[in-house]
Amino acid sequence: MSNIPDDLSYTKEHEWISGLEDGLVATIGITAFAAEALGDVVYVQLPEVGSTIEAGDSVGEVESTKSVSEIYTPVGGEVVEVNQALVDDPSLANSDPYGEGWMFKVRAEGDADDLLSAEEYAALTSGES
Amino acid sequence: MSRSTPLRDVHESLGATLTDFAGWLMPLRYGSESAEHNAVRQAAGLFDLSHMGEIFLTGPQAGEALDYALVGHLSAMGHGRARYTMLVDERGRVLDDLIVYRLGDEEFMVVANAANAEKVAEELKNRAKAYDVRVEDRSDQYALIAIQGPRSQEILATLTDADLASLKYYTITPGRVDGREALIARTGYTGEDGFELIIANDDAVPLWNALTAAGEPHGLKPAGLSSRDTLRLEAGMPLYGNELSAELTPFDAGMGRVVKFDKPGDFVGRTALEAVKDDPPRRRLTGLVARGRRVPRHGYPVTKDGAVVGEVTSGAPSQTLGKPIALAYIDAGVDTEGLAVDIRGKQEPVDVVELPFYRRNK
Repeated sequence: MSNIPDDLSYTKEHEWISGLEDGLVATIGITAFAAEALGDVVYVQLPEVGSTIEAGDSVGEVESTKSVSEIYTPVGGEVVEVNQALVDDPSLANSDPYGEGWMFKVRAEGDADDLLSAEEYAALTSGES
Repeated sequence: MSRSTPLRDVHESLGATLTDFAGWLMPLRYGSESAEHNAVRQAAGLFDLSHMGEIFLTGPQAGEALDYALVGHLSAMGHGRARYTMLVDERGRVLDDLIVYRLGDEEFMVVANAANAEKVAEELKNRAKAYDVRVEDRSDQYALIAIQGPRSQEILATLTDADLASLKYYTITPGRVDGREALIARTGYTGEDGFELIIANDDAVPLWNALTAAGEPHGLKPAGLSSRDTLRLEAGMPLYGNELSAELTPFDAGMGRVVKFDKPGDFVGRTALEAVKDDPPRRRLTGLVARGRRVPRHGYPVTKDGAVVGEVTSGAPSQTLGKPIALAYIDAGVDTEGLAVDIRGKQEPVDVVELPFYRRNK
């Protein structure tokens, strides 16, 4: 069973998001479940700082040995920061997906797409694993 | 419902990610596939390959039957030798690539890819009908465990009296490993030295455990299909379903050397292959190294100045080179300067390199 922190929100596409409640800057990454399914992450492409993205957009990609998957943003807004340490060492997505493996930060505007609680996400992934 | 090998419980207890492969539930990786890949390059890896097919031909005309059924000259093999060969259809198209082992005067073992094993057994039975030989698919009776990597001999030597030092690459000998009867072959699919052990199903778990215990002090790790694929790709070895298929002849794949026209008698596919053997190839299997970090993958178009000039058959990030690598069929006559791979709509530059991507120091 993958680690699913209670204090984050989740998407059906296996991203996590934090910091939405303050309406300021949200942080987004991929879940431990996603990282385990991908295997060793070897390359992460992130959106550009300063770009404006919309909820539901594909804003980047994560490549592993066996596969590639897109990163969807659950919220729109301006990208204010990306995790350069993750670009330099993509294995952080495997070793610490909710911490050092974070992907990008958005100054959120408008509503987020349908988000799941930790409990709901756990139910979703227990069906898939 | 996927079939399981005798080692399934062992894989589960090791925390393996299991995947369906050719109708079998197989370990994709146990932990980090990069670590498994590196263990095989630097120390040793242990693979469960029990999904592969083992077909035995026994009888006075076993060699002649194989000469007719396959493209190689198998009756000319010495005892204890192994040979890479192919099964083709009447049109010369590849139905599987195989390793044939000569176990005795009148006994051969054919090891086939899991996805093709039943078809290979059926074809061999049909093609051997006119010969004094018994063809028996014993895939269900045998497990296959491979130990691959530079420390393999050292590790295996602690469990067997077989003379491994004089067992050359592409040879096989019967022997006892951990007190169990085995066929010990010095073959593999990783580009490293190593051994493949064909054993009775019931011996698979104890032998796996014995190899693990003997190997761990030497850095041996269990290794899954994911690392097996990146290892064979770095070694430039073809994979059936990617570089080889029922659409291609051995010549199309640049492997015409496996077709032995000078052997006596007819063989299935001879007429068709003789007709094409001197044709200039339409496409060439080519090694590519990406300049960027995005990975060319199976089926992606190879382009030059925006025009499609080929297709990727296999691609992966290479641990050894630190860059993505790929095999691709590229149209003959295309200048290989300035090639790109269309990676999901973006043309990513690649350089053509000599194959294999990786060659071990002998």
